[in-house]
Amino acid sequence: MAIQKMTAAQVASRVIRKSNLFILDVRNEDTFQDWKIEGEAFQYLNIPYFDLLDGVDDILDLLPKDTDILVVCAKEGSSVMVAEMLSEQGLDVFYLKGGMKAWSEYLRPVKVGSLKNGGALYQFVRLGKGCLSYLIESDGEAMIVDPARMTEPYESFAKDKGIMIKYAVDTHLHADHISGGRMLAEKTGSTYYLPPKDADEITFAYTPLDDGRTITVGGTSISVESIHSPGHTSGSTTLLIDQTYLLTGDILFVESIGRPDLAGKAEDWVGDLRNTLYHSYRDLPGNLTVLPAHFSKVSELGDQGEVKAVLGDLFEKNEGLHLDEAEFRKAVTENLPPQPNAYQEIRKTNMGKLSPDQEAQQEMEIGPNRCAIQD
Amino acid sequence: MIKSNVMLDAKGLACPMPIVKTKKAINELGAGEVIEVQATDKGSKADMKAWATSSGNHYLGTIEENGVLKHYIRKATAEEEKIEKHHPDVISNEELLLEMEHQTEAFLLDVRESAEYEFGHIPGAVSIPLGELNDRLNELKTDLSVYVYVVCQTGNRSDLAAQKLTEASFKNVINVVPGMSEWKGPITKLEG
Repeated sequence: MAIQKMTAAQVASRVIRKSNLFILDVRNEDTFQDWKIEGEAFQYLNIPYFDLLDGVDDILDLLPKDTDILVVCAKEGSSVMVAEMLSEQGLDVFYLKGGMKAWSEYLRPVKVGSLKNGGALYQFVRLGKGCLSYLIESDGEAMIVDPARMTEPYESFAKDKGIMIKYAVDTHLHADHISGGRMLAEKTGSTYYLPPKDADEITFAYTPLDDGRTITVGGTSISVESIHSPGHTSGSTTLLIDQTYLLTGDILFVESIGRPDLAGKAEDWVGDLRNTLYHSYRDLPGNLTVLPAHFSKVSELGDQGEVKAVLGDLFEKNEGLHLDEAEFRKAVTENLPPQPNAYQEIRKTNMGKLSPDQEAQQEMEIGPNRCAIQD
Repeated sequence: MIKSNVMLDAKGLACPMPIVKTKKAINELGAGEVIEVQATDKGSKADMKAWATSSGNHYLGTIEENGVLKHYIRKATAEEEKIEKHHPDVISNEELLLEMEHQTEAFLLDVRESAEYEFGHIPGAVSIPLGELNDRLNELKTDLSVYVYVVCQTGNRSDLAAQKLTEASFKNVINVVPGMSEWKGPITKLEG
């Protein structure tokens, strides 16, 4: 039996379709416990590859006969080895091309909706890390919001559609992933906006994303209004696009709310976070579509793999919006999940203070985003 | 410079090769010997540690020099765990901690391999690996009545060392049991 490769894109389709897959993850146990490919109908077996060097006989009985088997490791090498061993035993198995590294870097564009004067809004779903970025397209121009480190998917998407990337925006200084904003600006000549209150320590040129600023994408058609909404960071900014879409960054998620501790100032920012969520957002129209910068669980994905919610619904259902002051303080400062991997180095990289090479950047971004108060 | 019995060059190799080669090399080693594995694959650190634990070997630590990771692993000694201890005078880790506060004259001898010592030892402990003890007895204090506390990983090598020292006429030799495997006190560590 020959082994076959499965790409991150193919795995993503199975996640979104909720189809089944048996994942034999051969990374070591701690790594697997910390972070794996999530799928609602997926089954898992974790046996480190180094426990299989003498043969796979012991695990044959643990593998299903009627479900596709995908062998997964960090970078591919070990999964190929194990897949070949299983193949020699007569099994038909897949390995994940590029391993968890490729899974972490895969971005899947999905159209969220059209804009009033033509144009459209796309969400780029980074399934492996739970990061969401956006491409707003109008009249031949595009704005990218919270771009991932891998800028190529946006560039080739824009090229295919024959549009120019004119603006890159970060809603806040990220702690869970390395921003592609600066790189995108350098490669495409676009303007890079950052909230000034998050930019104290930035070492490169940027354009301040001031409260109340309006950016026009594509002639006069689409307006992007920025609303200062501190709490996750002091500069955190929400974008209201075309009076319809509310890009909430790491302040409000579909099933949770942002955490205020990643810059080491949890106590200082609790009040800001509460004020943003319980007052500023309350004053906005309830029919806005909330588009956050992260998701935590695959159950948040829609039919096409998109993550969105109606603001008014979140005021009813999202538990983080139903806490009294004491409960709120407790929820956002105590028993928080572990911080994202290498979050301090990631912040410094996003400030321009560190310039790790690509391999180091990949290592820093390993694992889930962990920007919400619950995993 | 950390001493090892064997050096394995796994630089430039991607996972799973560093572990595949280490496993092979460690089969050739004698029990209790230390292997140094040089690798450039960043993931090898977590894997080396997890593999050593799962295979019953003893992962000592990793240092990074100019982008090269140097992993140190000591081959497991299955028999070691079962050896019956013979030296009559023993002290527990907790008692030793208390003694250390009072007995300034006492002498603490660490008989593990030097790589084990480098990756973490009790402050002030002197390193003489068990295998070198016979040849280096002259480095010990000439006052045979001094208190000598002997420590190793689990109390077995230190038991053998304590017997040797007693044969060499030291009067107050005490074996620390179990030793470094359970040590909760202060520790001097190599920055890795």
